[in-house]
Formats: sequence, C-alpha cells, structure tokens
Amino acid sequence: MPKLTVDGIEVEVPGGATVLQACEAAGAEIPRFCYHERLSIAGNCRMCLVEMEKSPKPVASCAMPAADGQVIHTKSEKVKRAREGVMEFLLINHPLDCPICDQGGECDLQDQAMAYGRGANRYEENKRAVTEKYMGPLIKTVMTRCIHCTRCVRFAEEVAGVEEIGAIGRGESMQITSYLERAVTSEVSGNVIDLCPVGALTSKPYAFQARPWELKKTDSIDVMDAIGSNIVVGSRGAAVLRVTPRINDDVNEEWLADKSRFAIDGLAERRLDTPWVRVGGKLQKASWAEAFQAIAAGLKGLSGAEIAGVVGDLCAVEDMVAFKDLLAGLGTTRIECRQDGALFDAGEPAGWLFGTGLAAAETADAILLIGTNPRHEAALLNVRLRKAVKKGGAKAFSIGPDVDLSFPLTQLGDDAALLADLPAAVVEAFAGAQRPMILVGMGALKTPGLYEAARAAATRLNVVRDGWNGFNLVHTAAARAGALRLGLAVDGGINALMGDAGVKALFLLGADEVNVQAGRFTVYVGTHGDRGVAHADVILPAAAYTEKAGIHVNMEGRVQRALKATQPPGDAREDWTIMRALSSVLGVKLPYDDLIALRARIATEWPDLATDGLIARTATLSAVTAPPLRGPLHHIYSNYQLTNPIARASPTMAACVSSLLAPESREAAE
Amino acid sequence: MLADKDRIFTNLYGFQPWNLDAAKKRGDWADTKDLMSVGPDALIDAVKASGLRGRGGAGFPTGMKWSFMPKTPNPDRPSYLVVNADESEPGSCKDREIIRHDPHKLIEGALIAGFAMRARAAFIYIRGEYIAEAKVLMAAVQEAYAAGLIGRNACGTGYDFDVVVHRGGGAYICGEETAMIESLEGKKGQPRLKPPFPAGAGLYGNPTTVNNVESIAVVPTILRRSPEWFAAIGRPKNEGTKLFQISGHVNRPCVVEEAMSIPFRQLIDEHCGGIRGGWDNLLAVIPGGSSVPLVPAHQIMDCPMDFDALRDLKSGLGTAAIIVMDKSTDIVRAIARLSYFYKHESCGQCTPCREGTGWMWRVMERLVTGDAEPHEIDMLLEVTTQVEGHTICALGDAAAWPIQGLIRHFRPEVEARIARRKGFVQVPGLAVAAE
Repeated sequence: MPKLTVDGIEVEVPGGATVLQACEAAGAEIPRFCYHERLSIAGNCRMCLVEMEKSPKPVASCAMPAADGQVIHTKSEKVKRAREGVMEFLLINHPLDCPICDQGGECDLQDQAMAYGRGANRYEENKRAVTEKYMGPLIKTVMTRCIHCTRCVRFAEEVAGVEEIGAIGRGESMQITSYLERAVTSEVSGNVIDLCPVGALTSKPYAFQARPWELKKTDSIDVMDAIGSNIVVGSRGAAVLRVTPRINDDVNEEWLADKSRFAIDGLAERRLDTPWVRVGGKLQKASWAEAFQAIAAGLKGLSGAEIAGVVGDLCAVEDMVAFKDLLAGLGTTRIECRQDGALFDAGEPAGWLFGTGLAAAETADAILLIGTNPRHEAALLNVRLRKAVKKGGAKAFSIGPDVDLSFPLTQLGDDAALLADLPAAVVEAFAGAQRPMILVGMGALKTPGLYEAARAAATRLNVVRDGWNGFNLVHTAAARAGALRLGLAVDGGINALMGDAGVKALFLLGADEVNVQAGRFTVYVGTHGDRGVAHADVILPAAAYTEKAGIHVNMEGRVQRALKATQPPGDAREDWTIMRALSSVLGVKLPYDDLIALRARIATEWPDLATDGLIARTATLSAVTAPPLRGPLHHIYSNYQLTNPIARASPTMAACVSSLLAPESREAAE
Repeated sequence: MLADKDRIFTNLYGFQPWNLDAAKKRGDWADTKDLMSVGPDALIDAVKASGLRGRGGAGFPTGMKWSFMPKTPNPDRPSYLVVNADESEPGSCKDREIIRHDPHKLIEGALIAGFAMRARAAFIYIRGEYIAEAKVLMAAVQEAYAAGLIGRNACGTGYDFDVVVHRGGGAYICGEETAMIESLEGKKGQPRLKPPFPAGAGLYGNPTTVNNVESIAVVPTILRRSPEWFAAIGRPKNEGTKLFQISGHVNRPCVVEEAMSIPFRQLIDEHCGGIRGGWDNLLAVIPGGSSVPLVPAHQIMDCPMDFDALRDLKSGLGTAAIIVMDKSTDIVRAIARLSYFYKHESCGQCTPCREGTGWMWRVMERLVTGDAEPHEIDMLLEVTTQVEGHTICALGDAAAWPIQGLIRHFRPEVEARIARRKGFVQVPGLAVAAE
C-alpha cells in the first residue's frame, strides 16, 4: 500500500495503482485522452503529465506506478505549461469543425481545451488533412479529427479480439485505419464510438441526427440478447435516436453489443400501429373494440384445453404475467416460451440458468462449449470468455460447428456423441480446474436428450461444487429467463404445442420466431409486421421495449428494471394494458388497473422478480441419466444481425448483412 | 595523441581481413576463457573500474547498467543482451567500421558482456541499410559458431551463449532501446513507456540490456589490458578511448580512435588536416551527432572532446559524430534539414513529438528564407520547450535541441534574414509606421 503526497494531501493507494489513480484518490482532476480504465496503458497522449519531485521531467501519471514517498504536484506552473503545450499540439492539426461534428457537446477534446487550453492559436501553417477510412456501415470516420490516442486500436485488440484496427505510417503521417479498409468483423465494434475521445469515429446511422443535449436520456435494459445490458435510451419526441451503454460491472461492464446499439432504427420501421382483423382471408384495419369482439367471437365455444399461448423473446415480465393471467382466466396454462425449440428441464432455475454468472465467467479456468457460438448469441459473454482465456489462461473446448470466437479454442467436432465420450484433453483440463464451466447453446438443446447428456457431463466433470456453479445455458432471448421463472413452459416444448391438433386457438405474445400454421384461430400481440402476423386472425399493436416500463431477467437470473423512454406509435398500447382490456371483454377481468397493482401481484407470487438482484436457485444439480446420442450439433443462429423482429426491421442491420455478404469492393482508378 | 599501442580497434580501416584468422592474429579470442573465468560479478566490477561510459550517446556507465540485471537468472525468464547496431544518427559511422572490419571484437565482447550479465543470448540489431556490413557480421558469427567460440559451451567455458543477427527495417527510432526491443519482437518500432525498464522487463518481457556496438566491442580489450590502463586515458569520469567520426568541412574527414578529452583543435589538426580554409573559417560544430545542439567556433576550438566538457557547453558528446561547418554553411538551412529529419523519423506515438516536429520543421523552413515574423523566433523556442521532456522517448528532445542551439548562438543571423526579407533593417527602439 504505497503512501504518497498529491498537492500536499497524503493518500494511500492499493499496490499496483498508478499515480493518476492516486491523484484521483486525492481529489485532483487529471486530464487524459489515451488512458481508459478498461484498456491497457498507452501513455501516448501526454495530457496527464504531472510534476514529480526528484524527477527532472514531468511524468505521465497514467503510466507511472505509485510508489512510497512520491511527492506529486498537479497544479504547479510546470504542469500547467505541460498541459497547455500538449493541448496546443493536439489542436494544431485538429480541424475547427465542431459545428458540424457529431461529437460536439460530448467531446473530450472540446471539454479539455476549455479547461486546460491556452485559448489562442499560434499555428499558422496549413493543417493536416487525412483521407476517410471505410470501417463498415456502423462506424463513420472523419480521420482528420483523430488525435491518435489508439483507444480504438487497443479495444479491437484487447477486448474485441479482432486485430483489425491499427496505425499505419509514422510521425505526422500516422493514420488509424481498419485492415484493408474493410468493415470490422466484430459484434462489439460500436464501442469504439464511445471510446473515441473526439469525433473521428462516430455512429454512422446516428450521423447528424441530434445533439446530445437535445436527447431525453432514459435508463433502460437492452433486449437484443439475454445479457440484459444496461443502456441509456436517447430519444427526442417519439423517436429513439440512439442507445449507449451504462456501466454495470456485473453485466455489460462498459460495453454494448452492436445489435443492441444499432438495431434501434428498427423501432420505427414496419411497426404495428393499429389493430387488424382478418376478414374473408384479408387483414383489415380495425378499432380496438372490433378487434376484441373478433377475438371473443373466435374463442366462442372453445374450452380452455383448446387454447394455448406462446410468448416471444423480447417481452417484459409484466407482459408475460398479464398474459399468463389472461389465459389462466380462459382456462389454460399451456404457454410456451422456448420458441426456438430448445428442450430442457424448465423446473428448478439451477437447471436452466447461466449459473456461473456473467462476471464470474471471466474467472473460469476450463470452458466447454456445447453447440453454442457466444459471439453471435451473447457477444458480451464472449468478451468475458475471451478474458478468461487470454488473461486467465483458461483452456477452452467446443463441441459443435467450427467457430472463430476470437480466442484460442480446441474444436472437438460437432458430434453429439462426444458428450458421452469426452476426449482425454477435456477430462484432464477439467480435472485440474478450480472454476470449470460448461456452456450449452440453444441450438444444441434442440436435439432431444442433449440436455440430459450435458447434465450428465456436468456431473462427470464436477462443474458444480462448493461455491461454484459451472453449469450454464446460453440463452439468446431476453424474455426467456423471466418466462421460465413464471413457468411458461410445457412438456415437449414448442413442437409438442404446435403439433397438437387439439389446440384450436393460439395467442402469440410477440412470438415471431415460431412457425405458425394456418387453420387455427390466432391472435398476435406484438410490435412489428414480422413472421408472427403471417397467419394471425387478429393483430393487436403493442409497445416495444423502449416504450414501456418493464422488469427484465437476464440469462444469469438478474432482475433489472427498464424505464419508459417513448410512447408506442399510433394506437399501439403497452402489452399488459391490452391483456387487461381484453380480459374485460372476454369476461375474465384481471384484478389490476395500473402497473403498481400488477407489480404488487407479481411480488406476491414471485417475490424474487419484484426485487433487483438474482432470482432464487438451488446450489446443486440432481443427477440425470442421459440417452445415447449421435449426430451433428448446430448453432441457433446463422447470422448475428437478424435475430428478432426489431433487428429484422432495422435498415442498419440489413446494411451490416449486405456489407458482410458483399463487402464494398473498390475498383482501380477510383 | 593516442599512441598506436593503445588503440583498441587495430583494423579500423580494413587494411587486414576481417575474418577469424586475422582477428586472432590481432589478439581477439586469445584468452576469452581465462577472461571469463573470474566470474560475472568480477567482470562487471572490472568494467565499472575502467570507467567505461556507454558509447551510444547518453554516456551512462556501462558497468552500472550491467549490474541492474538479475544476479540469479530465472530459467523461465532468460536474460538477453541486445546490441544496438542500428546506427542511424546523422553523422555517426563508427559502428559500421567496427562491424565491417573488426566484427570479432563485437562478437567476443557480446559473449563476455552476456556472460557478465548472465544473459542467454545476444541479439545484434543491425541497421537495415547496412547490407554489406550485415553480410560480414553474419559470416563472422558463423565462423565463431564453427570454431566453438559461441553457441553451446562457448570457448570451452561450459556457458551456452547464442548470438543472433537481426536486420532492421530502416527506421531511426528503432535505435531507441525500447523501440528496438519492440522491433525485435516483430512489432512496429515504437518506444515503450519506462518504467518498467528493460533490465526488469525487456525483450519478450525478460530482463534485457541494450548496449551500443562500441561499448561492447571495447570490453575484451579493456579486460585484457586491465581496467586501469583504460581508466588512465582521458579526464576523470571521461575515461578511455573513443571513436571520433569527423565529417563536414575539414580537409580529410575520417573515423579515428582517439583518447577521450582530446582538444578539438588537436583532433582536427592531427587527423583531419585542419578546417577547410583554416581555423578562422570555422563557423560552428555539431559535436555529437545531429541530436545535440551546435557549438559556435570560439567555444569549441579548445574544448576537450568528452561528455562533461561538452555538457558544460550545453551540448553533448553524443556518439562523437563531429559535424564541422565552415563559414560557407547556411547554418539555418542546415538545422532546418535536421528538423525535417526528425519530423520524418518521429514514430507518431506521442503527441508532442508527432505534432511538434512537423510544426518546428515548417517554421524552420520559413526562417531559412526569412519568411517569418520576429516574434516567431521566440514562439519556436517555446515550442521546442513544449516538446522537450514531454515525450516518451528522447527523440522529442533530440528534435528540440538543434533548434535551441541555433537560436542560442545564431539568433542575430535568423533575425537578419527576417529583416532582409522584409526589405529593411530593424533599428532597435524605432517604431515603424503603419505596421
């Protein structure tokens, strides 16, 4: 614990801390550009120079280890001059285009120039201009603004694991570019936009949309995957203009996956903004009253046993509770949430949660992936796994299709039979492991018996032990853990439900990933004109995740609340209010009239869903017997971009797909 | 003047072959095993006693540098010696002569130095443009391997020591020790932050010492002839012999081994045939390679050529690459050319050097023609101080110093050019109308 003096204040900091951290502990503000808590130290911007007694030169505080007896000055004339000097150098070749720069208002360079700059320009030579670089459909570049802090380079290399951003040239001619000017092939590339301290890398879809001070900022939870990333929704009027991450070290650290950040333009496309009723085989616009009457007519004479429901991937807990209550009023509990056809024991949460927890995953020392591609299914989980392998030295194995996860991985093949007969290397790695993990993907779980085989393997490899739960399901649907906690699963899964000819009426709550056949009376409640409406007889427009307050449970069972950022479009309503209104028409009136009452109802039956934190689970797993298996395992997704109705409606996601399928080709003599 | 018997580099001019047989006749590799038999610590003490200061420019005591290396090597983290043969400083050309004419001095020195610092191997990083020299050095290393002088059981001492020759890509900055280590690792040559220093975490994260070619090549002879012999040459704290490289406006430019602290006038008269046009024609001298400030004629003429005397003149011995400029020199243009060099060779990693070198060069170019305002001289001086000491490595300082030297000693010349360009001669204190 080194003790040092900063501006006359004595501070004690943990061993390994830097002078910069010590200065912050002493309450001294240190300007910086290249330094970032979650990246390696580059020490190249020189903005954080401080004076250290007995050192002839000012030292870069971000890179200097704090040591006993150091005497640091951060407010001396020497430091002021050093900062002014560096600031001047950064500005001489930085364009004065703040009025047309999207970083304006949240620009580190702007802010620090105000605080530490000299105010007048002495540079009378011509400014440098740098050609634009193509970095794909997500990242807009204005490289003349670049101050070469290399945060983006370090992020790509250290966090994303793609060595595709780098610096070419040297001296004044140094330029940051992507490899061969191709789109960066990472699912977390958008974070370089947040990292960039200036306007060199900005969001392409958000270009010239709004100034930061015009946005209403609402804390919310992302639903594009089951990570439950903490986000800030930036909206102006009815439009969601951007989504940025909020720091939560337990969940998303400081990062956000690209789909979560960029699919939001899908919120304004293909939206259902009025009820529709199928009349004579054709969908017609209708009023809410007409739609409700049509549902009442459709359900006439049907018993509870003939009614079933499917909940989709993006629902909030409140929606699903109201849905469950409505269908219970109609006499059925047959509701399924596993649209993708995954089969597993939906009972005890320990059997289906991501048991290790997201933050703990980065401490794992042996990892076995079964039919999962976390890069597509949970990009930020992949970031954690990469840390476990690259920093912690974990050994990683994969059963399933060959996959590039941006870290060293032993590919064992895709035969399910491997689970019963694990290669010696796996057994050996797990035998010596303290914190072993098994991760089972939804794609693999489509194979009947695979879940039992994975549980058996978990027992054999002893991954659940005192204080450590290494059995994990990699969920892809944001609503899944909440739905399972509510018990929205039936024996045999979605296929049993859809294949049952006895089901005469089907309610779909935002369920768009399931194949609905014609011939049943189908009610679709959802946000987008997507797959779910194809055979719907009645369509009820509902609110998307930014348009309602809601409780979300992520794959590790963490209960988090989202706030409402914008209003649903047109006649669309929040899902639970639709259930409540419909229940009156159907004569099974639900006993809550507002969100507070609904949440009180949730708290009585599922108290763990009403409080922030992790939902209850047992510490052990029961033993199961596994049937013999063989045949190839598959991943659940064939691409990262188009996995839910919002993303499928998003022009940006479509642009990503086409840029990957047919990279923008450049021709000679252009 | 250094007596012939006291010369270390007896084949500096290549009058004899460079090969192993000829080198042995000159005394190299004669009793290497005996020299090493005293053990690493005694070797380091001997080098300390000799007063040898690093010959790469900074003049850090070599023995002390070696003593920073771990005394008990960790087999998982072997120590390395890196020999800096990336001689790119404008004006410097001594390592080249050693490598092409006397490579075995370097290889033997590498073995002894490596043994003294308990290193597993030496990496000789040779400048990319030194093609013929690299060929000679590689052949000499092969000879030494074939003769059992290095490699397994080097010289029969039971010590395993490898020597690897690595050719650089031609970047000046790779002569900076940590940039060299980065480059050796296959990365872009950019200096590292210190701490950690290379002796703690250098090449591949292992303890490493980077030494100049000359520092290493003189070691065997120092040990053979005794540290006291070496320490007796030159002034205190500036002991030994040194390769001086004199270029520019002298009658016979040359590389010569001389005693440290030899007066400038004696060095030039005895080895270079005097200044072109006589001593009255001398304008200024850059005494230590392009990165040290120039020294005007009247200060340098009788100055002892060593680290401390030149430091007192606010310049430095550097690599002892002496660039002599007579009165035909456009001194502003000469320094502007150096500014261009540093602008071109800046790695671009840290802000003051990346942005400052270009700024300084552009102002210098205008000062050459006088296309500037008088106040810009002070502004330029301030910019150099904003670069100096604020960068990761010393290239920022090296870019700033020549300009500071110019303005310190030749400010009237610079001001006169501005005035000439403006078409009038400024009279101090006289206000000029309508300006």
